Amino acid sequence: MLIFLVTAFIFMRSILVPPDFGKYGHYRASAIDEIISQEIKYAGHTVCYDCHDDIVDLKKTGYHKNVACEVCHGPAALHTDDPGELKLQAPRERGYCPLCHEYISSRPTGFPQIVSASHNPMKPCISCHEPHDPKPPQTPKECDACHAEISRTKSLSHHVYVDCIECHQTPNEHKIKPREYLPSKPTTREFCGNCHSKDSTTPEEIPKIDINSHGERYMCWQCHYPHLPEAQ
Amino acid sequence: MEEIVNHLVSLTKEISGYIYPNEIELHWGLLVVIYPYITGLVAGAFILASLVKVFNVKELQPTYRMSLLTALAFLFVAPLPLLAHLGHPEKSYEIFLTPNTSSAMAMFGFVYAWYLMAVLLLEIWFDYRRDLIVWTSNEKGIRKWLHKIISLFSKDISERALKFDKKSVQMVTIIGIPSAFLLHGYVGFIFGSIKANPWWSSVLMPIVFLFSAIVSGIALILLIYMVITPLRSKEIDMKCLDKLASYLFYIMIIDFSLEILDFIHRTYEAEESIKILAELVSGRLFVSLVVIQLLMGMIIPLGSIAAVKFFQVPNELRKSIYFVSAILVQIGIFSTRWNVVIGGQLFSKSFRGLTAYKMTFFGFEGLLMSLGLLLLPILILFILFKILPPWDEARSN
Amino acid sequence: MEKVNNQKSNDIKRRKFLKNLFLSLSGLFLPGIVSAATKTGRLKDLILSLGYDPKEHLWGMGIDIDKCIGCGRCVNACKEENGVPRDPFFFRTWVERYRIYDNRETLVDSPNGAIDGFKPSINDEGNIIRSFFVPKLCNHCDNPPCVQVCPVGATFKTDDGVILVDSKYCIGCRYCIQACPYGARFLDPETRTAEKCTFCYHRITKELSPACVEVCPTQARIFGEIKKKPSPLVRFMRQHVLGVLKPALNTEPKVFYANMDMEVR
Repeated sequence: MLIFLVTAFIFMRSILVPPDFGKYGHYRASAIDEIISQEIKYAGHTVCYDCHDDIVDLKKTGYHKNVACEVCHGPAALHTDDPGELKLQAPRERGYCPLCHEYISSRPTGFPQIVSASHNPMKPCISCHEPHDPKPPQTPKECDACHAEISRTKSLSHHVYVDCIECHQTPNEHKIKPREYLPSKPTTREFCGNCHSKDSTTPEEIPKIDINSHGERYMCWQCHYPHLPEAQ
Repeated sequence: MEEIVNHLVSLTKEISGYIYPNEIELHWGLLVVIYPYITGLVAGAFILASLVKVFNVKELQPTYRMSLLTALAFLFVAPLPLLAHLGHPEKSYEIFLTPNTSSAMAMFGFVYAWYLMAVLLLEIWFDYRRDLIVWTSNEKGIRKWLHKIISLFSKDISERALKFDKKSVQMVTIIGIPSAFLLHGYVGFIFGSIKANPWWSSVLMPIVFLFSAIVSGIALILLIYMVITPLRSKEIDMKCLDKLASYLFYIMIIDFSLEILDFIHRTYEAEESIKILAELVSGRLFVSLVVIQLLMGMIIPLGSIAAVKFFQVPNELRKSIYFVSAILVQIGIFSTRWNVVIGGQLFSKSFRGLTAYKMTFFGFEGLLMSLGLLLLPILILFILFKILPPWDEARSN
Repeated sequence: MEKVNNQKSNDIKRRKFLKNLFLSLSGLFLPGIVSAATKTGRLKDLILSLGYDPKEHLWGMGIDIDKCIGCGRCVNACKEENGVPRDPFFFRTWVERYRIYDNRETLVDSPNGAIDGFKPSINDEGNIIRSFFVPKLCNHCDNPPCVQVCPVGATFKTDDGVILVDSKYCIGCRYCIQACPYGARFLDPETRTAEKCTFCYHRITKELSPACVEVCPTQARIFGEIKKKPSPLVRFMRQHVLGVLKPALNTEPKVFYANMDMEVR
């Protein structure tokens, strides 16, 4: 009886176990083939150039150079296989761009963000910004156009009337190529001391300290955040 | 599909804190609670039976065959909840064909088959063989043939053959004890080996499972014995009952100590997960863990059996105390399984939030199915009692 | 069973039985050996015919948390590419937002896996001391607990280090979902089998990058070879201090995070 059971088991096993099971490991080898036969939906960033070279060339130089076409236009494999078959859509409404550019405090600092409720409400983004080369329509005059968070913080602090350029010397090119031309930052304790040293001649309301003994070997901004310098 | 999504949507309201988005669906439901509960009863009943044969506990003789048949009846049902909970039960044969040797679950089929074939059936067969042969000689019709088939047409009741039977039972029992430990310890290992889940991951898990299994098995036999004896208009053997109760008591003390040890160890080590587990125990598991499992299922029965041991208690009162204690123990062990299986899935593996479990009534994984699976072994047991009467007076002397 | 009980010729029978047992046991393995030898030749492998040899690759992903803007384009692209149900309970990848307050409380959220990005948080600006986004996906562990527990061999690690699920072979026991410490797996509501990120295996074997990497507008996700020197991932791994999720579990993930906060888990 035992022998019968064992033979039956072997027989069943030889029929039921897929023949390619165990070829590479403890699994069905053809499962890999099935998985890689899955349909591709996103064509990839290289194929668009073949037909849309003008737009790709324009995009290459702008801020969106690393944003693949399919981020906004959606999966394009059907379109690249047969351009007549499927026309890709482009998001033209105001809701799409804020996915990336709405101001959210969790976003990395320096990433261009707006508060859509106050940034030209009701106007579609593309009426001012060409999405393939999305520079601001006019070069911004004020710093808070880009540095909104800092500007908001500073507006609540005693430094509210200190202009940005009093501490940061800003080359004009910074407004066009912000990453390549960086504003300066103060480097010495004496810089803060110009206003806050007890020897300085600034108005009395400004808090003053002995710059030689106060905080000794630390730089001022290691304890006081200059955009919100109140001791907390 | 829509049904699943609707079910999940209704769960989103119950979430507190943050859980990974895939964690809303609780994957092991009521059926997987029932599975370790039933295998626990099997292992427990068998170990009780082996007390008679291996350790020669004479007082328990009236429950010996009953325990074996109970173990068998529940063992038949044990794989059903597992099967029903699978996404694809029709593919379950793959577990036997291509078992992944590193998977605890893959071993289920083999442990189960070993236990059923090599241990339980063999022991029952050897133990009943002589009686079966004697019965067939006095019987007619289907019953005769049924017993003939079960006895596998053996006829030898010579002194030597009977001696061999006895020795075989002894041997199978000795193999059987580690097998029963294996069967249920292995179920504990399925949970205890999941390092991703701090509620499960513990070396104590197989041992705790084992001792709670023995507790539930003894309590079950005690219940069955107390229900069935009056039904047969027979006198309950108080010596047997007292012995059962005191075994129940001692094993429960071990079980209780192990669980307390686990608790102390966890709170003392206070690892990363302690905050969320504390929240779980004091919140969503409070009733099922503290009230039902610990208080109702452990402390009250322990206290009442201890009281019976210390004070002279009249037979009738003693019986009812044992009976109620055994029922409480069953409820307690069931909720132990619940707290392990469901409890282990109520907190997020991000340790930042809790989800909820909502039972469905109908369907493969619903309440109805589970009740059916819990009643089925009782039905099977009833049939087994009819075919293979375990009573002493049915023995042919 | 019946053999044991017959007393007279016990010894001879036992010998016979053992012999039979030995023969039948060897029979258990022989057909396997023979069939493996013959059938391997006949099976045509699509994967090799593409000119892709898994043995020559080892894939991994780098995630620069400082670059993630939480736009959720990866989540959307993943669902598009892989036909993942759009309902908010099934994700191969998702993005979490962490907000850590000055009272040391940490708030994490991921509304619908961030498939529609995040809404600005209102009225709690003052107290936040750190905040960032963390994309999550299957870590393609080198020591995968999910593969370890699969009872039938329906989930496995390929030679190039990717963890895949054979949905035709999966029995839906969900042990792998329990074993994954990262919540990266789910049960497909349609097929009732386990599902997870494949690193877009159908793309990377054809020299395309995974869909989430393809659409990430800030290059917060870097996909590539772990072993080959001229690879964007190796460069990423050289330039950053790296962390992995839950390192204490020794799963050895192949998704590496740069600039990861201690609160991330």
